[in-house]
Amino acid sequence: MNQNMTWRETLLYRGGAVLLALALTSLVIWVSSPSTPPWEVLGLVFRGAFSTPAQGGLSWKKVADVLVAWIPMLLAAAGLLITFAAGLWNIGVEGQIVMGAVFTTWVLRLMQDSTAPPALALTLALVAGAVGGALWALGVGLLRTYGGVNEIFGGLGLNFVATTVVLWLIFGPWKRPGIGSMSGTEPFPPELHLPTWGDTRLSGVALLIGLGGMALAYVLLKGTSFGLRLKAVGNNPRAARLMGLRPARYMMLAFGLGGALVGLAGSIQVTGVYYRLIPAISSGYGWLGLLVCMLVNFDPTWAPLVALFFAAINIGSIQLPIVLSLDSSLAGVIQGSLVFSFLFTEGLRRLVLQRRARAAAS
Amino acid sequence: MQVELRNIHKFFGPVHANRGITLTIPAGTIQGLLGENGAGKSTLMKILSGFIRPDQGEIRLDGQSVTFHSPADALAQGIGMLHQDPLDFPPMRVLDNFVTGSPGGLLPDREDARQALLSISQQFGFSLDPDAYVDTLTVGERQQLEIVRLLWLGARVLIFDEPTTGISAQQRQKLFAALRRLADEGRTIIFVTHKLEEVQALCHRVAVLRAGELVGTADAPYDLDRLVEMMFGKVISVGRADPVPLGETVLALEDLAVEDHRLNIRGVTLNIRAGEVVGLAGMEGSGQRRLLRAAAGLIRPTGGRVRFLGRDMTGRPYLDFHRAGAAYIPADRMTEGLFPDLTIAEHVALARQRVGFFLRAEAMRAWAQEAIRHFSIRGRPETPARALSGGNQQRLLLALMRPDLRLIFMEHPTRGLDLESALWIWGQLKNRCRQGAALFFMSSDLEELLNYSDRVLVFFGGRVSRPLPATELDVEKLGQLIGGYGFDRVVNTAAPAAHTEGEAA
Repeated sequence: MNQNMTWRETLLYRGGAVLLALALTSLVIWVSSPSTPPWEVLGLVFRGAFSTPAQGGLSWKKVADVLVAWIPMLLAAAGLLITFAAGLWNIGVEGQIVMGAVFTTWVLRLMQDSTAPPALALTLALVAGAVGGALWALGVGLLRTYGGVNEIFGGLGLNFVATTVVLWLIFGPWKRPGIGSMSGTEPFPPELHLPTWGDTRLSGVALLIGLGGMALAYVLLKGTSFGLRLKAVGNNPRAARLMGLRPARYMMLAFGLGGALVGLAGSIQVTGVYYRLIPAISSGYGWLGLLVCMLVNFDPTWAPLVALFFAAINIGSIQLPIVLSLDSSLAGVIQGSLVFSFLFTEGLRRLVLQRRARAAAS
Repeated sequence: MQVELRNIHKFFGPVHANRGITLTIPAGTIQGLLGENGAGKSTLMKILSGFIRPDQGEIRLDGQSVTFHSPADALAQGIGMLHQDPLDFPPMRVLDNFVTGSPGGLLPDREDARQALLSISQQFGFSLDPDAYVDTLTVGERQQLEIVRLLWLGARVLIFDEPTTGISAQQRQKLFAALRRLADEGRTIIFVTHKLEEVQALCHRVAVLRAGELVGTADAPYDLDRLVEMMFGKVISVGRADPVPLGETVLALEDLAVEDHRLNIRGVTLNIRAGEVVGLAGMEGSGQRRLLRAAAGLIRPTGGRVRFLGRDMTGRPYLDFHRAGAAYIPADRMTEGLFPDLTIAEHVALARQRVGFFLRAEAMRAWAQEAIRHFSIRGRPETPARALSGGNQQRLLLALMRPDLRLIFMEHPTRGLDLESALWIWGQLKNRCRQGAALFFMSSDLEELLNYSDRVLVFFGGRVSRPLPATELDVEKLGQLIGGYGFDRVVNTAAPAAHTEGEAA
């Protein structure tokens, strides 16, 4: 009958997951560079998140970089937590970031030559980003609720469409004067950049939006009747229907709201990081948000911390090519191994619980 | 071939599906296997045909002890089974289906197979076109294909699981003739059914299963009362509760029709008044569930009208019924009734009207505790629904019904519950009736139907009886009607459904 494990056992499984992830990562390091001890690489990644190898010590610039990477991950994870609550696998998250960025760029392009105050232009651009993400997500939602297309396939398809749209814009209507290039559209003038702190790239406004988005997801899911209904629809749509809820409506609301938060991530990539539209505008933060959600078991409580940790790994690994001539994509290996190991040990844990329940029953 | 089953036991988790079944079937007989849904018939037949293995017990064929590792293994030793839904490959041609699974290797001799198919078909008067696609065949023809295939592969024991569901009267005659002929040739036929009249018309002998046990056997001719008693058990009546005064008409069905791929039920007319309880009886899958769901707006009826509290609600979605004061309580509490991962407190908050946008944890706890006390749920506010026992899940479902309900639809109100919970649930339901709600439910528990209903509708063979006052029925009579015996006398609708009748023979 015991549905749960003692905290010691739970700790054992969690610790096991981390060890497994470290082992997997070490294996990859060993294969790609047999002469470098894995702990040196991992140590470099963690130190690299807070200091530069040349100077050592705490580098505020580095910390700011981590926070800059944290913001889109927070927003992506927040949006995904909402769609996950409704039982939806919003794989289209990357496309929603991209469309947020496209809508933002569009509004900024319209307003950069006007006399409107920059604050207004930036505000409208951010709103447009949220709208773009929401619309793209609602497209997935429409396909799912009225077209019978599973959101995983619809989302994946629309991701490719979004990527293509960006490339078309960069090389077509929005190309730089002269010739279009992979480096993106013409940068916006400095007054249309989100203001940053000191000589860092961190914007207070962006940080506020990121934290606000995550707080919104947390409060909605943990403390409102709307969040409860989303969870109900996600847990059992058939029972929700018999209880007089409309599952389709709540799924659409989840897509709209989640897509808006995700779209803001793209918006901030344009207004606060690159100051233009580039082909890789999402930087894979949508996928990372997905990994964050899986690692926290879709519970918002620990999502911000895990996202911060992932951001630190991303920034820390930037040193790798310079210092150890290893590719910085090792960050993805670490993050992916963690999620894989967590899911694996979690599956193992459930299996053990089931065995116990069965043993208790017979 | 003589088949002996000795002391067969099978467990599915905590469920003891077969409890020491011992049965000997001589060669050349048609053995009926009778019992309600869930009595263990299918489990036993799956064991005999190699689909599942028994946890204990022995199978003997002509005195030789055998073990089957797979259905193919069982077939190689002479045992073939026809499943209720034919296990064939609809997008393929008849001949392709026929050779699939034959031990001919990668390149079977198709010409040989074609000849075999045609000659065996001819022997039994089946007309199967080897080049037709299986999905253009009727259920009856697909059965014929399966019979021919099993015979070709050398089956000497043939198991038929409810073969007459969904086939026309002519096809049934043809099937019965084929079965008699197979038995005359010395093959052993096992005929699984819940229809008394088919046992009477076809089987040489019958074994009755109830709750996993073999409760008795009988040889033709049969004493029907005894068979009913064996199927449903000796019923101790607890006596009827004091009657509830009836009020205005709550639900009116006018000439309602429902359909699915094998049923076509028409002409159901019924008025249910406030305080009244109407029960739907019949073997599972006879259309009760569809009718109940159509009356609640969960599926669209194919004809007729539904009026709820005087308003024409035909074709309106369930949500409108729900808003107007109806609730539907499904039989499958975990897949349709409750949210497995949500807690009792979350369920109670979901069901409450006017909770406000922000949820307060203390208020949710308090509501949950009130529901737990009032409905005697064994659980805490933070207990997830999946951790509750069946009885407590049902109590929670009752706790979620809003107080001003006018109409309750319910599938199997007390299925799987212990007696105490069952009595308690019915006490609650009767209270609702006293407060002016009508109750429209289906059940396979005869005692429950007779004790609590004011009127009962019996479903059999695609037709529905007129509403029968429960006081005019007793367990024997109701059991016989459910088995189709004497059913024609209580039906005032026309002959069985057109599309079944019109099926090509």
